[in-house]
Amino acid sequence: MNALTQYIDLFKGHRQLVDGNSAETMNRLRPEALKVLEKMSLPPSGSENYETTDMNALLAPDYGVNIARVNIDVNPAATFHCGVPNISTALFFNVNDIYAESKDARAGLPEGIYVGSLRRFCVDHPEISRKYYGKIADIENPVVALNTLLAQDGIVVWVKKGIKVEKPIQIVNIMQNGSPLMAVRRLLVILEDDAEVTILGCDHTQNPDVDFLVVQTVELHAGKRSRLDLYDLEESTERTSRLSALYLCQEEESNVLLDGITLYNGTTRNEYYSRFTGEKASLRLLGMGIEDRKRHLDTYTKVEHLVKDCHTDELFKFVLDDEAVGAFAGLIYVSKGADKTEAYQSNRNIVGSDNARMFSKPQLEIYDDDVKCSHGTATGQLDETQVFYMRTRGIPEATAKLLLKQAFMADVIDGVRMPGLKERLQLLVERRFAGGSLNCSSCRSACSSSEEGEPKC
Amino acid sequence: MLKVENLHARINGKEILKGINLEVRPGEVHAIMGPNGSGKSTLSMVLAGNPAYEVTEGSASFYGKDLLAMAPEIRSHEGLFLGFQYPVEIPGVSMVNFMRAAVNAKREYFGEGPMSATDFLKLMREKRAVVELDTKLASRSVNEGFSGGEKKRNEIFQMAVLEPKLSILDETDSGLDIDALRVVAEGVNKLKTENNATIVITHYQRLLDYIKPQFIHILYKGKIVMTGGPELALELEERGYDWIKQKVDAGESL
Repeated sequence: MNALTQYIDLFKGHRQLVDGNSAETMNRLRPEALKVLEKMSLPPSGSENYETTDMNALLAPDYGVNIARVNIDVNPAATFHCGVPNISTALFFNVNDIYAESKDARAGLPEGIYVGSLRRFCVDHPEISRKYYGKIADIENPVVALNTLLAQDGIVVWVKKGIKVEKPIQIVNIMQNGSPLMAVRRLLVILEDDAEVTILGCDHTQNPDVDFLVVQTVELHAGKRSRLDLYDLEESTERTSRLSALYLCQEEESNVLLDGITLYNGTTRNEYYSRFTGEKASLRLLGMGIEDRKRHLDTYTKVEHLVKDCHTDELFKFVLDDEAVGAFAGLIYVSKGADKTEAYQSNRNIVGSDNARMFSKPQLEIYDDDVKCSHGTATGQLDETQVFYMRTRGIPEATAKLLLKQAFMADVIDGVRMPGLKERLQLLVERRFAGGSLNCSSCRSACSSSEEGEPKC
Repeated sequence: MLKVENLHARINGKEILKGINLEVRPGEVHAIMGPNGSGKSTLSMVLAGNPAYEVTEGSASFYGKDLLAMAPEIRSHEGLFLGFQYPVEIPGVSMVNFMRAAVNAKREYFGEGPMSATDFLKLMREKRAVVELDTKLASRSVNEGFSGGEKKRNEIFQMAVLEPKLSILDETDSGLDIDALRVVAEGVNKLKTENNATIVITHYQRLLDYIKPQFIHILYKGKIVMTGGPELALELEERGYDWIKQKVDAGESL
């Protein structure tokens, strides 16, 4: 059985509805996506780079897709306040895959930044949208093809030349529905030369008893000397599946930080593809996952050094307990001629139970001889000597293990460069390991029925 | 306070302690000496409750309670302290958080609420002075990047904070230069009262010039083969352990 058939049929049967509720820039890529999907067979579980993720099983259930763009009755801006204390952000929303914004979202943002609905952007700025939309995401990737076939809206962040945006842009993605639903999310970020912006994305699921699937494609264009920080924080539920494919293109001297943080999830596959096309650019690629119960987190990264003098620093850390499964497959590719490349990749994991599993595959492919590269992975348990040492000082075993797990994540948390977020994340990670709810005191949202039984945000 | 009777213990199936008898009373200082591999560190690990070691026979009581039945953290709360021969580095856990967790766990055990931030900082400051511990080290991760001397001072600092009734100091002198040794020994002496006791485990007489024990025990092949006064340490310094080994191996009494 091919799980893609139902989506192809859906599209063919309702093409006018899909197109009619979207924009020309997005519609014009659908035929190619359709062609790819009709030929495609999804990679079977266990195949290269899909060792632990069964794409067919993830896409097979009959999720609803809101192609008619029925606006469910929710005003997130009125109820949802996932503020990071002591920082104000410009707040935008995806409710499932419907765009929404808070009333004063644009207050405090300079002129020269466009944040808003992707569909609207395609209408308002057809040329720019055509120049960037679908340009770096690989249509042969099943997640991208499916997303391109069905995405009708999304969010765009476009920062014009030389504009430095100080106020972070926060995009809150909320899954909320009474029956199983698939959200087709798209994020397009365009940084022109010398532009700077920080984006914080947060995934939340409101209905813990409903199955959700997110199929997301992100395209990031970092212009010359631009700076982009993107934090992607997932706090969803065990019944939420997420397939995310992120593509980054970095021009000369651009500086990018990507940080993928998975605190609560169900089944997640995060793919990161980045490419340096201009010299002297740098990328810090960070991620952490805290997985327990039967949660599943699969991370794939590919960083391509095609030009000279670029720098990559990649670090992913996972802590797995119970029957959780984690996977990391990372490739750093250095092409011939990419002299003076510096690229470091590291994956470290703690497996805390007999039934948790971690699969790790660090890879370097180097075709140049004037480079500094390293890669490494280590998977183990908490250090018993450290636990014992702490216990002799009176620290109970559970607390000792908690402190050690937190300490394990310290270098990933230290990589956060958004003021206030580091402290916030420290607290969230601490509470996550303590097994409690996240229970933000600042959250007035209706998300009172989380799977952990207490309010969380 | 401590009564050890016929204690046998093994690690990885290998028996290391083969019948230890030892009694320590408040106000006493004991030294345990012995050649390498005699079981000195094993004894300290077993008394502190390292789960890697298995007690196969015998008993140990602490103020009348069954020490061996207690988890390591309970032993600590009840007043037992182990100064490690090789203090463990814990990257990512700051000294401050580490000590706060330790102090508050003990308070919780005795039904008290957590210590206020002001009181805690005052306590840290006060106890750091005991071993002249650099303030800078307090903000660093536990033992990470500490020199050998700093690690040992840090052990005594923790001892000062936790105010144990019985401290077992496992080769606290190893890896110390003469100045560091003096500071550490003076720290131990400052903390000495008539109500607490110390067991010093050492290879050499040197430390005993500073920390003066009333009792010297010689451990060999998992047993205390000889007990004497301070003069025994001097004799060992002069004659080494060979004469003891020969006598014990030949089955002669000492």
